[in-house]
Amino acid sequence: MTTPRLMQGNEACAEGALAAGLNFYAGYPITPSTEVTEILSRKLFENGGRFIQMEDEIASMAAVIGASLTGAKAMTATSGPGFSLKQENIGYAAMAEVPCVIVNVQRVGPSTGLATAPAQGDVMQARWGTHGDHPIIVLTPSSVSECYQLTIRAFNLAEKYRVPVIMLLDEVVGHMRERVELPSANQVEIINRKQPDAAPHQYVPFRSGYDKVPSMASFGEGYRYHVTGLVHDDDGFATTNPEIVQSHLNRLQDKILLHTPEIVDSEQVDTEDAEVVLIAYGGTARSVTRAMRMAREEGLKVGMFRPISIWPFPEEQLKLLSQRNVKFITVEMNFGQLALEVERVVGGKNAVYRANQVNGELIKPDTILDRIREVY
Amino acid sequence: MLPEVEQYFRIEKLPHMWCPGCGNGIVLHSLINAISGLGLDQDKTTIVSGIGCASRAAGYLDFDTLHTTHGRALAFATGIKFSKPELNTFVLMGDGDCTAIGGNHLIHAARRNINLTALVFNNNIYGMTGGQYSPMTPNAKRATTAFYGNIDRSFDLMELAKGAGATYVARATTYHTELLTKLIMEAHKNKGFSLVEVVTACPTAYGRYNKLGKPADMLKAQKENAVNIKSLKDGIVPEGKFLIGELYRAEAPEYIDQYLQAATKLREKGGK
Ligand SMILES: Cc1ncc(C[n+]2csc(CCOP(=O)(O)OP(=O)(O)O)c2C)c(N)n1
Repeated sequence: MTTPRLMQGNEACAEGALAAGLNFYAGYPITPSTEVTEILSRKLFENGGRFIQMEDEIASMAAVIGASLTGAKAMTATSGPGFSLKQENIGYAAMAEVPCVIVNVQRVGPSTGLATAPAQGDVMQARWGTHGDHPIIVLTPSSVSECYQLTIRAFNLAEKYRVPVIMLLDEVVGHMRERVELPSANQVEIINRKQPDAAPHQYVPFRSGYDKVPSMASFGEGYRYHVTGLVHDDDGFATTNPEIVQSHLNRLQDKILLHTPEIVDSEQVDTEDAEVVLIAYGGTARSVTRAMRMAREEGLKVGMFRPISIWPFPEEQLKLLSQRNVKFITVEMNFGQLALEVERVVGGKNAVYRANQVNGELIKPDTILDRIREVY
Repeated sequence: MLPEVEQYFRIEKLPHMWCPGCGNGIVLHSLINAISGLGLDQDKTTIVSGIGCASRAAGYLDFDTLHTTHGRALAFATGIKFSKPELNTFVLMGDGDCTAIGGNHLIHAARRNINLTALVFNNNIYGMTGGQYSPMTPNAKRATTAFYGNIDRSFDLMELAKGAGATYVARATTYHTELLTKLIMEAHKNKGFSLVEVVTACPTAYGRYNKLGKPADMLKAQKENAVNIKSLKDGIVPEGKFLIGELYRAEAPEYIDQYLQAATKLREKGGK
């Protein structure tokens, strides 16, 4: 461990990315994510990496994908309006299976919304923002040290499964400062994309084995292969053959489904004896933790279930919990986006209540406590 | 196919998907002649393209090839080149791809003077989607979205690129293939952002709609209307004609050079 220091969530994302081996960053400034861009502009310049401020978020996403194809570990960070612009090329990364990390520090939307205020309105956009069914992984930290750890994990997952991975923060988490003790460089596990083991003339760029993840050659190494956002065959060339189209799109889905048990992550606090379980993620989980303690002081048996990966959703973990006689309350800074997923998983076996707030302020522990008392 | 160009093609992907009379194949031939003439290492050369008929060219060429999203080719190419500057990077785009949806990326790539060689296949129309007007469709010409004639003014792509900061700007046609090859070679030799516009015929989506005759007539029109800048008298382009040749060349610092030099200097100073 390194010496403890005070750090901001956005800064921890930048530091985590560097620890994971980030060497290319393209971005466009937008509140409340700008610190990530600012910090990396300086650090990458200093350490031999590459930083570029592009003309917009569409271009930033494109440059990240281009760099990743040459073998770089590449990232971009943004917020609401910029996240919308990135969607086109996030889809490209999903289709062409190009590893990359996108940090989205959520603010109030739609449109320009509230630039400096927290929200969690991009939960569904993070999952379904680009057109078409596509694989994606979304992680949601709720502390500064988790920003660091999950950014490293985001890179590892992106590299391992060749998918875009989204770090879904909110303004509270991005801007909060906490004391952190970061692991030193040799304590960080780093996963790199699988390299082809075939000679260039035998390389089939999109053929995969049992794990459904193809190996990935870097541009400029003699493999001379084709990459397209069109549906393609294993050779990488566009096809409209229905059988190949179906099997290609199946594989993109299966690639994540197959590895869901390794990808999902969640935390449970005081759920063993809980009669009411609060479901929360990101900044909201902080208020929920406090509300839970207040409720316990009143003798109310309350626990928390915190999805850390929200896509894929920790379905099995929640299902297990739902087999007990508990009531759920999903607490979100939106009109109830992850609540839909909770309801689906619980499948009517338990009552699912909601506590939602979209006023630009972090939902207060008192508000949550009131809701707990109502449903208890 | 001639053996000296064959090695650069993915022969098994031919025949190509373009219509009879389309000029895109001619452009490809010149591009390959230029790459071969420059003696570029095939393993260290990458072709990036956008979306459209022209952009399909990437798939036929035996390099690392990246067929991107509509208009974004230059932004993808910027990531490739900046990350691995030793790669020779060619960017192929249609006129709509480059100047409409990709217009912002074009001017910023030019402004940075990043070392990319861009080739714009200008067929004056959106070919792939069936003939809608582009920012390069001349005023009054017809398109499926300009049934009564195009009201828009068109870009002068050469002036646009120059104004935005490109350091090599040239134009040829599919009639002037030797000139085209030479210009692509010169463009690639320029260390900075280079743009070559190729006037190419789309008999299907543009010619037919504007009664421009057979493909051969469209080629003939290129011959008749193009004026080589070297033979230009008094600097005045005659009405209805357009310039070809090397139209602009300038010296300016290249983006990646600047970045790497500044970063190296900082490290040498022990700044970090
Ligand atoms: C974001 C987006 N918008 C629209 C399209 C549809 N589209 C495909 S190609 C094209 C225009 C192609 O025209 P041009 O760039 O001039 O190239 P050409 O086909 O003439 O070679 C359009 C509008 C698309 N693929 N993506």
